[in-house]
Amino acid sequence: MRPETKMFSKAGLIAALAMPLASCNMVVMSPSGDIAAQQRDLIVVSTILMLLIVVPVIFLTLFFAWRYRQSNKDAKYDPEWHHSTRLEVVIWSAPLAIIIALGAITWISTHTLDPYRPLDRISAEQPLAADHKPMTVEVVALDWKWLFIYPELGIASVNELAAPVDTPIRFKITSASVMNSFYIPALAGQIYAMAGMETKLHAVINKPGEFEGFSANYSGAGFSHMRFKFHGLDQAGFDKWVADVKGSGQKLDRATYMQLEKPSIKEPVRHYATTDSSLYSAIVDMCVEPGKMCMSEMMAMDKGLICRIPEPTTAAREEKAIRPAT
Amino acid sequence: MTADSTSLLFGKLTLEAIPYHEPILVVTFIAVALGGLAVLGALTYFRLWGYLWKEWFTSIDHKKIGIMYIIFAIVMLLRGFADALMMRFQQAIAFNGNEGYFPPHHYDQIFTAHGVIMIFFVAMPFVTGLMNFVVPLQIGARDVSFPFLNNFSFWMTVAGGIIVMISLFVGEFAKTGWLAYPPLSDIAYSPDVGVDYYIWGLQIAGIGTLLSGVNLIATILKMRAPGMSMMKMPVFTWTAFCTNILIVAAFPVLTAVLAMLTLDRYVGTHFFTNTDGGSAMLYVNLIWIWGHPEVYILVLPVFGIFSEIVSTFSAKRLFGYTSMVYATCVITILSYIVWLHHFFTMGSGASVNSFFGITTMIISIPTGAKMFNWLFTMYHGRIKYEVPMLWTIGFMVTFVIGGMTGVLLAVPPADFVLHNSLFLIAHFHNVIIGGVVFGVFAGINFWFPKAFGFKLNAFWGKMSFWFWLIGFYFAFMPLYVLGLMGVTRRMSQFDDPSLQIWFIIAAFGAFLILLGIGSFIIQIAYSIWKREELRDETGDPWNGRTLEWSTSSPPPAYNFAFTPVVHEIDQWWFMKNNGYRRPLSGFIPIHMPKNTGTGVIIGALSVVFGFAMVWHIWWMAIASFVAIAVVTIRHTFNYNRDFYIPAEEVAAVEARRTQMLPAE
Repeated sequence: MRPETKMFSKAGLIAALAMPLASCNMVVMSPSGDIAAQQRDLIVVSTILMLLIVVPVIFLTLFFAWRYRQSNKDAKYDPEWHHSTRLEVVIWSAPLAIIIALGAITWISTHTLDPYRPLDRISAEQPLAADHKPMTVEVVALDWKWLFIYPELGIASVNELAAPVDTPIRFKITSASVMNSFYIPALAGQIYAMAGMETKLHAVINKPGEFEGFSANYSGAGFSHMRFKFHGLDQAGFDKWVADVKGSGQKLDRATYMQLEKPSIKEPVRHYATTDSSLYSAIVDMCVEPGKMCMSEMMAMDKGLICRIPEPTTAAREEKAIRPAT
Repeated sequence: MTADSTSLLFGKLTLEAIPYHEPILVVTFIAVALGGLAVLGALTYFRLWGYLWKEWFTSIDHKKIGIMYIIFAIVMLLRGFADALMMRFQQAIAFNGNEGYFPPHHYDQIFTAHGVIMIFFVAMPFVTGLMNFVVPLQIGARDVSFPFLNNFSFWMTVAGGIIVMISLFVGEFAKTGWLAYPPLSDIAYSPDVGVDYYIWGLQIAGIGTLLSGVNLIATILKMRAPGMSMMKMPVFTWTAFCTNILIVAAFPVLTAVLAMLTLDRYVGTHFFTNTDGGSAMLYVNLIWIWGHPEVYILVLPVFGIFSEIVSTFSAKRLFGYTSMVYATCVITILSYIVWLHHFFTMGSGASVNSFFGITTMIISIPTGAKMFNWLFTMYHGRIKYEVPMLWTIGFMVTFVIGGMTGVLLAVPPADFVLHNSLFLIAHFHNVIIGGVVFGVFAGINFWFPKAFGFKLNAFWGKMSFWFWLIGFYFAFMPLYVLGLMGVTRRMSQFDDPSLQIWFIIAAFGAFLILLGIGSFIIQIAYSIWKREELRDETGDPWNGRTLEWSTSSPPPAYNFAFTPVVHEIDQWWFMKNNGYRRPLSGFIPIHMPKNTGTGVIIGALSVVFGFAMVWHIWWMAIASFVAIAVVTIRHTFNYNRDFYIPAEEVAAVEARRTQMLPAE
């Protein structure tokens, strides 16, 4: 009986501590994607490390404040005491030790959780299959809605994103106008969406469900409503979703896009059965509008004129045009 | 530039720019106008204009300029806090399809104005004002190095503030967030005048800030009393010194980046545009190369204030003076190599992100050392719980929490999930309110008797402290929770009803802070009313340690009849303990600078210039610019700029003080 009661009281304690916060859904602390889960773990570990020093400081502040109050004549008073090499060593080295530990964690985790880095596992328990194929989603932030293009499936949607669970997703992100930030807290951390550039994010959703996605960088009048639902679906569910999108019969060509690109607020979910396969790269190159010169062409011309170096290859040119300078 | 969009006479300004169709603004305007008229009427009725002009506006006395900075900051605090209340109110009710009180185009101006005003026109003038008032007194100087420049700097800061305030009633303010990131702030996405008000308000105030930085650096380097080596300077002066170095090194970057944004908006260049080779990322980098040091510009002097207070009220020398000085210098240098932590999410490589994350964490080491130094100053002390000391304890407990969440945000992968969330908002309010605001109130309570000769009432001071402290926790702890719930900043409406309770708690916290600000105003008014009871005739009400406490309160115009000779870090404490006797004779005439109205005039012309530039009224811009040039050149021919206070007058002032002091 004893171990059980012990366990029970432990659970009770945790429940009591969690009660006030239980009513709310702390999605950052209980995400459904492996990347976000690792980021959550990092928050917990870093916080515990820092509490090692923060708790004693708060305690000592309150204790000294009480102990050395003026009315307490029992406490020692030494108005000239102002230096102690031993203490100085401690007060500089204690924070230093914490920061060395935290710095090491930072260096490692920043590299392993780099959003540009392809995933090397599905989750803590599930390694990547040898023949896995990531799914690519091209994300375009528009004023004030999100366009998602699935190049491998040839479909697109507005303000709705779906992905099969346990399948690595490779997001390629850009913006058609101002800066936004692409963020699905349950899935993975955010990354900016910027016009004329492409950022990348690799993530995987491990649990099926409906999750919130939104822009996390203020982008103007329609910002508050620049939200979408992200559906984590099992394979059958995802196939059905794709079939539904294809069933819409709508076509996303350049003319439709030019219409869609115009600022609008609270845009309903839209599905496109087919897309123009060159649309996304034209958006990044900022030349969807007929007759507009592409950025990559302009940069190649600038280079040719100013530096008189040989024309770069098309591939190198594209790479140059779309990677944000770091 | 077509004829129908701009006219020769009024530029872009039309009657439509006056927001008479917005009831909230009309009511505000009427209230401000009535209040303003009442103040102007009272000034006229009591015939105070001449007094204000002669004794205050044109004064080049660092003490009066310091006081004017602080009054300006208090006025702007009321405006900035009104914005905060409106935001809390909006977010507490805008649920379930309720759009709240403000449509996005109004709400977006409010959060932008709140940030701009609180940083540039509240925190900055508070800190600059305290440095102006205290530093020359602490180093035994008669004034700053360039007294006229000081007056000019103040009026440029006020001019910037006035330009921002005009936007409330003529046109509109920026709807871009307080740093006005392009492309949103480019002419393509923000064609109205809001961003222009932002640019010209900050550029004009920035001139003042930069020049005041130059002035204080020169003062600290060249005007210290004989014997005061750098390592004998009071800690507040040290932090002021480092802050002003930061100002001089950082503000030109802000000026340059805003100038480039101006060119993009006014003449069609492409520094930061999406097209034609512009890069918004350049702006984001540059603005944070200014913006991060700015954080330390605000917080370093406050660390100095707490150092002075903690040793004064513990009646004990500051523990680890040397390590305190080194910690300050290390923070000064490190604050330049952390700026990228404001945008880990912009797509830099992992090595770049981790570099900036780790440099950021390293700053917590000297900051932690400072925290321990204050702790061990209290250790073996005799702590007196006057109001400044309460603020200090409140600061120490609150600030470590903010520091902890700050280091957490410095871990790039953690930042990816917390960036731009309300967790971030909670973090920086935790350090700015828990650090800068608490420090400023501590400093005001601490040095008020020096400035005016009577203490502030302690009861209302304690009320103010407790309301602020408890209000802060109510207002911002819910925001930490909301951040972890994935709620992002700058939202004017919400869908998820489970968030609402947290916003209501936060709004209640803002209400408590309102009571805190109210108590502070009452504290000042009540203390003025009861000033005879609160009178301090010694000039040293707290048993102080540094030189500012050796003169009378308020100090005479010349500060010190004889320049003190410094032997120790806590020179005044040393003098008191070694049988110091005030010299009672042998006074000589004192060389002093003369007041001048040039600063006020250039400040006023700058407002006209800024307004003209905002509205593209070119004739007015040219005319006011020429006028500024003419007034400036004319001032260089003013040779009548100094005078001597006769020895007899000094003797009379000092004799009055002798009578006030208790017989020794």
